Amino acid sequence: MAIPTIMGTEIEFGIMVKNDPDFDPISSCVLIVNAYREDPEGRILWDYDQENPLADARGFQVEGEKYTPNQQENIARNKTLINGARYYVDHAHPEYSSPEVTNARDIVIHEKAGERIVEMSRREANTLLPEGAEMLVYKNNSDRKGNSYGCHENYLMDRRTSFKQVVEPLLPFFATRQIWCGAGKVGSENRGHPCDYQISQRADFFETEVALDTMVKRPIVNTRDEPHADREKYRRLHVIVGDSNMSEYTIYLRNGVTALLLAMIEDGAVTKDLSLRDPVRAIRDVSHDPSLRVRVPMDDGTQRTALEIQNDFLEMVLAYASSRSLDPIQKDVLQKWQTVLETLGRDPMELDTKIDWIMKKRLIENYMSRKKLDWSDSQVQMLDLQYHDLRPDKGLYFLLERQGKAERIVTDEEIQYAIHHPPVDTRAYFRGECLRRYPGEVFGVNWDSISFGLGDDSIKRVMMSEPLKGTKQVVEGLLERSRTAAQLLQNMQS
Amino acid sequence: MTTISRDKARTRIELGADPAPLYMAAAGEQKQKQKGGGGDEGDGKGEGGQKLAEKGEELKEEMDNLLDEIDAVLEENAEEFVKNYVQRGGQ
Repeated sequence: MAIPTIMGTEIEFGIMVKNDPDFDPISSCVLIVNAYREDPEGRILWDYDQENPLADARGFQVEGEKYTPNQQENIARNKTLINGARYYVDHAHPEYSSPEVTNARDIVIHEKAGERIVEMSRREANTLLPEGAEMLVYKNNSDRKGNSYGCHENYLMDRRTSFKQVVEPLLPFFATRQIWCGAGKVGSENRGHPCDYQISQRADFFETEVALDTMVKRPIVNTRDEPHADREKYRRLHVIVGDSNMSEYTIYLRNGVTALLLAMIEDGAVTKDLSLRDPVRAIRDVSHDPSLRVRVPMDDGTQRTALEIQNDFLEMVLAYASSRSLDPIQKDVLQKWQTVLETLGRDPMELDTKIDWIMKKRLIENYMSRKKLDWSDSQVQMLDLQYHDLRPDKGLYFLLERQGKAERIVTDEEIQYAIHHPPVDTRAYFRGECLRRYPGEVFGVNWDSISFGLGDDSIKRVMMSEPLKGTKQVVEGLLERSRTAAQLLQNMQS
Repeated sequence: MTTISRDKARTRIELGADPAPLYMAAAGEQKQKQKGGGGDEGDGKGEGGQKLAEKGEELKEEMDNLLDEIDAVLEENAEEFVKNYVQRGGQ
């Protein structure tokens, strides 16, 4: 039986400062992340002791140095939020990691809450910049000059499922799912063949099938084996192949469908071998063909389109789903995926209110035809970039949303609520509530632990290696009974 | 807004305003500008797709409105702007 769904996303944002000749990305990142302050004393640490990004899922440890900043740098780069998220500086990008959630609706809510948190802090940071300068933030994946930054999905998986079992179906799935979850891009880069418009922001950057790297020679399946949970029981699938999506509908499908597919893999219900002869080539070829006609070679000698491959996955998931009871969100995800694939087979442009790459393409083509522009025009490149602009009054995705041209999955009220509240059904609830209730006593946080400094020089670490423990149902009473962290720890032991 | 002395490197502390007004205000403003046209944007969860397909003409008019809006917000000096948008590689 597949384990229950636990997932989250990590988004790296593009950042620039307009009219600032001295723009430095790292100090701008520090500025924006610190412009968002929930913890009034600002001294809660990210607990790097618990991290091990060099463990490889194929069963070995890679040589390398672990990043451990000093205390001041740690505080300056990391904010752990009362909604259970982490907002921090990753290399030269602001990054938002959502709290752990159990379903695709909550992914949308928390990813969108993250966008708003980043946007709030951008506005706040701007008040500190010199007159005329303006910080801008983009939820995209490339600067169109060969530099890419990611949108990573994370899914908890049962460790009993071997990594090989996971990789085989995922390679063809990830190479082709972009046709319904790509974010669209004008042109190509990273030595890709020239093209006017392609389906995915990221496809040009994948150079190998399976590996541990995330910044160079990026793999379609990443092997980072850092479960942030009981490693005897779980693995975390760290998916780096996806695009940063703006459309709620697309985010919902991206995570919802992928989670269903992973449950199917865990339950050993993969009935068809859809292996590609060359997944790295296929992911680019599929991305470069918005007509969806290109055929890619399969291991069995046939040639198939991305849509045909996705339809085969759909068929398998439908058969799998018929043998178990899905919850209402899973059913909805499956039904929407089915409809989207049917529509892609008829006319992809019918999805111009649902799927990012199609929404963006429609918008650009309409603008091009009114202004008599072609694909190489800088205004067209500007449209592409500004689609991902987080400013609600300037971002072109938000413009579509206001005009009713972006189908919604969740409500503004739900997103707004999630800025200040963790999901109730994972350990993120315990993390967020501890930060809200005992901010002065929290010493350090990681996904699977929270430690308290109680003033007597001792640090007490509470481990949270079970992502489904620490829910509201389980710990609300305990938290209510505990006015201080010291009482909390006492009550936990009694 | 308060300043925390023990943290000299960073002076900014708390975010004053809730972001809701901006998101909502922007939405409200747009609605007023639009001439009637088929908004199901209000409830934020409409099954807009099917409805939209039924009204091609209205769609065209809406698209014209949209393109006007884009003209109003699109960054000026696009060429310079996209040239200057350079990021360091991330994950």
